[in-house]
Amino acid sequence: MPSLGSDMEAGILVEWMKQQGEKVSRGDIIAVVETDKGAIEVEVFEDGTLAELLVQPGEKVPVGTPLARITGPKDTASTERRHASAPAPTPAVPMPTVSSVQGAEAAIQPPTVTTLAEGSRATPAARLLASERGIDLALVKGTGPDGSIVRRDIEEAAPRAATVPDLEPMRRAIAAAMSRAKRDIPHYYLGHSFDVSQAVQWLDAYNAAHPPQERLLLGALTLKAVALALKDFPEFNGFYGPDGFVPASAIHIGTAIAMRGGGLAAPAIHNTDTLTLAELMERLRDLIGRVRKGGFRSSEISDPTITVSSLGDRGVDMLLPIIYPPQVAIIGFGSVAPRAWAIEDAVAVRPVLTATLAADHRASDGHRGALLLRRIGGLLDTPEDL
Amino acid sequence: MNREDLRQMILEEISAIAPETDGVAVDDSEDLREALDLDSMDIFNLVVALSQRLGFDIPDADAPRLITLGGGVDYLAGRIAPR
Amino acid sequence: MTVMSYRDAVRGAIREAMQSDPRVFLMGEDVGHYGGCYAVSKGLLEEFGPERIRDTPLSESGFTGAGIGAAMGGLRPIVEIMTCNFSLLALDQIMNNAATIRHMSGGQFNVPVVIRMATGGGRQLGAQHSHSLEGWYAHIPGIRVLAPGTVADAGGMLAPALDDPDPVLIFENALLYNDTADVDWPASVDIDHAAVRREGTDISLITYGGSLGKTLAAADQLAAEGISAEVLDLRVLRPLDEDAILATVARTRRCVIVDEGWQSGSISAEIMARIIEKGFWYLDAPLARVCSKEVPIPYAHHLEEAALPSITGIVEACRAVLGR
Repeated sequence: MPSLGSDMEAGILVEWMKQQGEKVSRGDIIAVVETDKGAIEVEVFEDGTLAELLVQPGEKVPVGTPLARITGPKDTASTERRHASAPAPTPAVPMPTVSSVQGAEAAIQPPTVTTLAEGSRATPAARLLASERGIDLALVKGTGPDGSIVRRDIEEAAPRAATVPDLEPMRRAIAAAMSRAKRDIPHYYLGHSFDVSQAVQWLDAYNAAHPPQERLLLGALTLKAVALALKDFPEFNGFYGPDGFVPASAIHIGTAIAMRGGGLAAPAIHNTDTLTLAELMERLRDLIGRVRKGGFRSSEISDPTITVSSLGDRGVDMLLPIIYPPQVAIIGFGSVAPRAWAIEDAVAVRPVLTATLAADHRASDGHRGALLLRRIGGLLDTPEDL
Repeated sequence: MNREDLRQMILEEISAIAPETDGVAVDDSEDLREALDLDSMDIFNLVVALSQRLGFDIPDADAPRLITLGGGVDYLAGRIAPR
Repeated sequence: MTVMSYRDAVRGAIREAMQSDPRVFLMGEDVGHYGGCYAVSKGLLEEFGPERIRDTPLSESGFTGAGIGAAMGGLRPIVEIMTCNFSLLALDQIMNNAATIRHMSGGQFNVPVVIRMATGGGRQLGAQHSHSLEGWYAHIPGIRVLAPGTVADAGGMLAPALDDPDPVLIFENALLYNDTADVDWPASVDIDHAAVRREGTDISLITYGGSLGKTLAAADQLAAEGISAEVLDLRVLRPLDEDAILATVARTRRCVIVDEGWQSGSISAEIMARIIEKGFWYLDAPLARVCSKEVPIPYAHHLEEAALPSITGIVEACRAVLGR
């Protein structure tokens, strides 16, 4: 069971897309798993033969559990487990969830342990109850010996968290990731507005010259500008893990996509910097369609190296986004709107876009963040080079 | 093709793009982006779909006319009429 | 109901066993003419005669071995060893013979012997008479180890022990012999299960034998402080009633173990290990123990008192676990 996000602890195998004994090649979709983020297609990273299916449809298994055994072309046995060693972060404490305790047998199944602030303690009974009730231990004040969190603290915390179990799984996943981000990541925020008349004019001309299906949205331009800018700013593109910040070797921009009716996902567009605008537009269109139908792939959801969130369609000037851990930066774009814009001594009306950066101060500093935003603005000034 | 056909066609394409909006009542002057939570990608897809279905190119500059149902019907009716 | 002492209960149980089964006999140092070192067998020589109440030489290995042989030969011997300290002289017989013969003979020979011995300190009898070694014996597969902590158990455990086809060791804490209680007689008890002696909700106190009374007294004091303590009397040290241990810990989520043995490598250590293995997720506090200090039990009264588990020590351990 691949880790499809830092907060994922278990997944349900919904369906095998390949039969036992069938040949598989790298990139094939071999299974569908249900996670908090919805149904996700699991790709295979090896060529070989699907020698043995180890998990049956309907089974819920912890992250890291082998789903199948794949015999390689050179008869080297390998398993789906390798998925989990993709750049995706492994959960800090991968444990299966316990729904209820009935007698001694049930109790020996360990609970899902939510993060606990460093130096604080929680008893096993408190952890189990917190897991059952979906209470984040980091938000509970301990009243036991030496400030430890004991079971009663969870019982008393319960009324406040009573709404938690009613939330949709996706809402829970967002809550967990964003709580972790706000708790663990020292964010700093920068904003920069720029005149995008060059980009808008270029885009209008481009779209006028192309049939509908070949046209571009400004979102494709901003994504490409971010990707190109990141090449010189590696400290914003990667993961912050137990050993500190590790820059990613490629640029996979996660694109925040809102679900109609609530929730969002931010799957990656792989190697964003290497795609032409037309390719990028096609990927974006495909991805948005699939996300809203719940059909994105394991690699897309598990390995974005940075996220871009655009709320311009909703008419807001700017947003102050929250980093999706273990990433270290997120860039937000507001709407392009006509504004009074000073040019030398005169005021002109220009289409203006505000970009914001939220970045992890453990990995980078504001000075570099400012340069990154300026670079993005500069790249949008020469859209023909994107 | 009368106005009601065009109206029906627009609604069908929106429904294909955003199945969740099925059954939501929209009046002719409402901004579809607000009423149905459509974004620029949805409008893009609508322009592509209608262009293909009607067999003519809807210029990008005309896309804003499709953001209300009434405006869309007027626009498409106007484009078909000269033929 | 009959009011009787722990001593009377043991004696009554021996008498009834001897009356009902001619194969039963008692042997040990001073059990006959002297009436038993703790006066348990007083009057039995007169009633049953020297054939069945046999004084033995001061040779634990010799008479314990004779008891094992008699059991294999079809009798139902009750061997009394004056204190468990001296039983180490018979350890070879108990461990290498009594515990193993059924297994090494492929089930051809059972050893239905009962070996009673006094245990525990608190009587200013010095290190050679005051240790608690029942936890050691509980290490040995092939024997059953009983620790009656009440008058009813003292009177009731002998009969099922004699019925057991395998060796049974009964540890009688010498401080209990004068305890009295109003009991049903004849007492009828099992030798398989632990017993909850007091119900509670905040903390479990697990104990046995000579520490049971202290632990119940500590539970009274805790109740006065608003702490509801459950007291589990193990009764049987081998095989341990693991279900009862886990059940009480599941109820209270906190546990203090009271054991007059030394704590290193003790029965209390085994109980803790079982709780951690199978009841970890119940726990709402670290486990704690009250055991004898790790010294040979001193002779001097104040030092001996300081070395043995005390009511105050149990109460303090509970307060610490509860963070009060």
